[in-house]
Amino acid sequence: MSKVPMKHIFIAGLKTDRKHVLEMLQRAGVVQIESGGIEHEGLMTMNVMGDKALFDRSSNQAGQALEILNKLAPDQEAGLLKSLEGAEVISVDEYTRRLDIISDAMKTADRILALDKRITEAKAQIPRLQNRIESLKPWMTLDVPLNYEGTEKTAAFIGSIKNAGAPEEILKSLLDDLEETRDEAPAVSMSVVSAAKEQTCLFFVCLREDAYLVENALKKIGFARAGLSGTIPSAEAEKAAGEIKALEAEIVSAEEGIRGFASERKDLEFTADYYQMRADKYDVLSKLPQSDRAFFINGYLPAAYAEGLKKKIEQKFDAEVEITEPAEDENVPVVLRNNPFSDPMETVVESYSLPGSGEIDPSFILSLFYYLFFGLMLSDAGYGLLMVLGCGLALLKVKNMKPGMKKLVKLFFFSGISTVFWGLMFGSFFGDAVKVIAATWFNVPDLRIPGLTVPIWFEPVSEPMRMLVFAFGLGVVHLFTGLGIKGYLCLKAKDFEGFLCDVVFWAMFVGGGIVYLLTMDMVKGMFNLPFELGPAAANAAAIVAGIGAVGVVLTGGRESKNPVKRLLKGAYAAYGVTGWLSDILSYSRLLALGLATGIIAQVFNKMGSMFGATIPGLLIFILVFLIGHVLNLGINVLGAYVHTNRLQFVEFFGKFYEGGGKEYAPFTENTKYYSVKEEK
Amino acid sequence: MASSGIFWAVLGAALAAGCAGAGSAIGVGIAGRAASGVVTQEPGMFSKVLILQLLPGTQGIYGLLIAFIALSQIGLLGGGAQMNMELTKGLMYFAACLPMAIGGLISAIAQGKCAVSAIGLVAKRPDQFGKSMIFPAMVETYAILALLVSILSINGIG
Repeated sequence: MSKVPMKHIFIAGLKTDRKHVLEMLQRAGVVQIESGGIEHEGLMTMNVMGDKALFDRSSNQAGQALEILNKLAPDQEAGLLKSLEGAEVISVDEYTRRLDIISDAMKTADRILALDKRITEAKAQIPRLQNRIESLKPWMTLDVPLNYEGTEKTAAFIGSIKNAGAPEEILKSLLDDLEETRDEAPAVSMSVVSAAKEQTCLFFVCLREDAYLVENALKKIGFARAGLSGTIPSAEAEKAAGEIKALEAEIVSAEEGIRGFASERKDLEFTADYYQMRADKYDVLSKLPQSDRAFFINGYLPAAYAEGLKKKIEQKFDAEVEITEPAEDENVPVVLRNNPFSDPMETVVESYSLPGSGEIDPSFILSLFYYLFFGLMLSDAGYGLLMVLGCGLALLKVKNMKPGMKKLVKLFFFSGISTVFWGLMFGSFFGDAVKVIAATWFNVPDLRIPGLTVPIWFEPVSEPMRMLVFAFGLGVVHLFTGLGIKGYLCLKAKDFEGFLCDVVFWAMFVGGGIVYLLTMDMVKGMFNLPFELGPAAANAAAIVAGIGAVGVVLTGGRESKNPVKRLLKGAYAAYGVTGWLSDILSYSRLLALGLATGIIAQVFNKMGSMFGATIPGLLIFILVFLIGHVLNLGINVLGAYVHTNRLQFVEFFGKFYEGGGKEYAPFTENTKYYSVKEEK
Repeated sequence: MASSGIFWAVLGAALAAGCAGAGSAIGVGIAGRAASGVVTQEPGMFSKVLILQLLPGTQGIYGLLIAFIALSQIGLLGGGAQMNMELTKGLMYFAACLPMAIGGLISAIAQGKCAVSAIGLVAKRPDQFGKSMIFPAMVETYAILALLVSILSINGIG
């Protein structure tokens, strides 16, 4: 339960060794490199933006090619467990040997990207062609091109009318219209190419000299010319269909081509990592002050690695390494280290904020309450068992798990154990599944197995008040633990005034207040308390709370010089007791979420068993049971996770923890697939 | 004429499940729209934004919980329904369900809006996921308090 002690490291070396020293540091992966650290005339930092961009692009290209390849030819070894694994470890020798393949792999990547571009383009063309075919469909019976305009003597009009009605009516309205314009109507012939409700496709012929008149009349009834295509519709459609076929074939062959590169997957992975490493190295390079001949590195590393690294660098290179203790006020990056039981909490602490200077790592104390609260909120032995089995299997099977992922899996593993415990205490195993199954199929209506059907301790659904008191009690313990840590920190920093004013007075005020409340008849009746404290305790509690309250009022505003202002501020500080009240009430979520899991599980069991002890009934039960419990498990694990975090972050951390520590981000191989390790 | 108490009790249960469920549907719905927007840009964020989207979904579950407790108290689940329940008792059940119905409906919508902002936060700063979860969880406190009052009241009547 602690922050890892850190040392300051300063390296001065010859520029000729720069590449190798940096590579060594990158593989060691323990030094966080800071910019600057030494000021002297003639020292410059390199501008590496151009090179870095180039490496980033190359890494991205290889990565994209890999993604395309993996989509078309999925990795056979990939699976759920595999996805939890971290980077594969290779030796420096193997790394050097494999450098040769980089240029070939980049060519492969280019080829894959080019093929993919062709696929994308072809895929964009096909719908266009399909639209064309669709629009030609009504014209398939026409045996002249759509832009056909007639012969020497006759004029032809090919086109369509939208929502026109029956063809005879169209002709009639056209002829009526023509008759109005001239006494002797011009001769017009109409043939129907196709007729559908939305549009009627028509072919009109008239004498060329009447063309103008007819065209105007046609416009009036909503006739629109078909288009400009100079090919016969059926031939054009056939051509488009042929093009689609060709494009489809092209897609298939391009995909086949990409799949052909499947054997080079490992090379692409290596290349993506290689360029990533180089980009990172150049990033670091830009931070280093350099002269004509020398370079300087300035950074932090965990004390445990300091001497080893110093020896290794000084043995191999002509370099000077200096290890020093960081100054008190330096903002040193923070690394947390804990026992295996508590280290999952590091992710929780990190997601809030790392401990700042002068603060302790709260992981260990956090872990005790975290698992407890998670278990209480989920509180079902069946669900807990599933979590323990699932996470345990992952931990056993996947040896080389990513560190962050491993912590998360362990978090759910330990939370699962706690869930099993509280599930047995409250008699919940997939809700009341055992009872329901026994009653429905085995005709044992009142099966009593402690833990599975009857609670070992008590049943929160039937005694919610008891559970509520328990939840509040845990809340008080949790909050006072937080206050206690604050007191410890004050004493450690020799801030005795703060200890008395911010911790002791508050503890007296709130603690005395709670004890006094417990002696009141109303509270006793409401919570049905099993104990009696007596009037002496009530008086003592009232006195303690009173002293605490007076202390808070007098000292709460102690940073103000003006006595009136100080008193007013102190009174306002005492008003903060409402914050304590709402903090304690907040623990009622332990009851609410616990009940939610149990009762919804019961609802599903009841729904499943409604159809009685028949074969279809059994099938329905299994189906409802599976779907219902998976759903309930998912949503309640989420709820328990979120609300456990909330109780820690808001209620617990609110009492003592500020955070603000700097994250430790060592210069390392930030790679996806491989990690290169120096031989020991 | 038989007393209409049972009607009021069932109406209360129905409102608890219905209103809280409707609120959750709205909340999860608006959060889902924001989540889809993020995933179009960053498919890798799916699991994070999904968790945030689901946060306003709990009110619906609490509503279901209250409805279930109320229905089994008045005997509609598991037989022995109190068909001639007194009007006063029925109205008491109705009143007991109201905190969950109202609190669930409004808090789920508010939490949904808060989840939208949290999704925006995670989209810009994926490393701040832990904190982004806390803001919507603050809203949920009031749904939990409503749930608590409803549970305690129903239990008190029965």
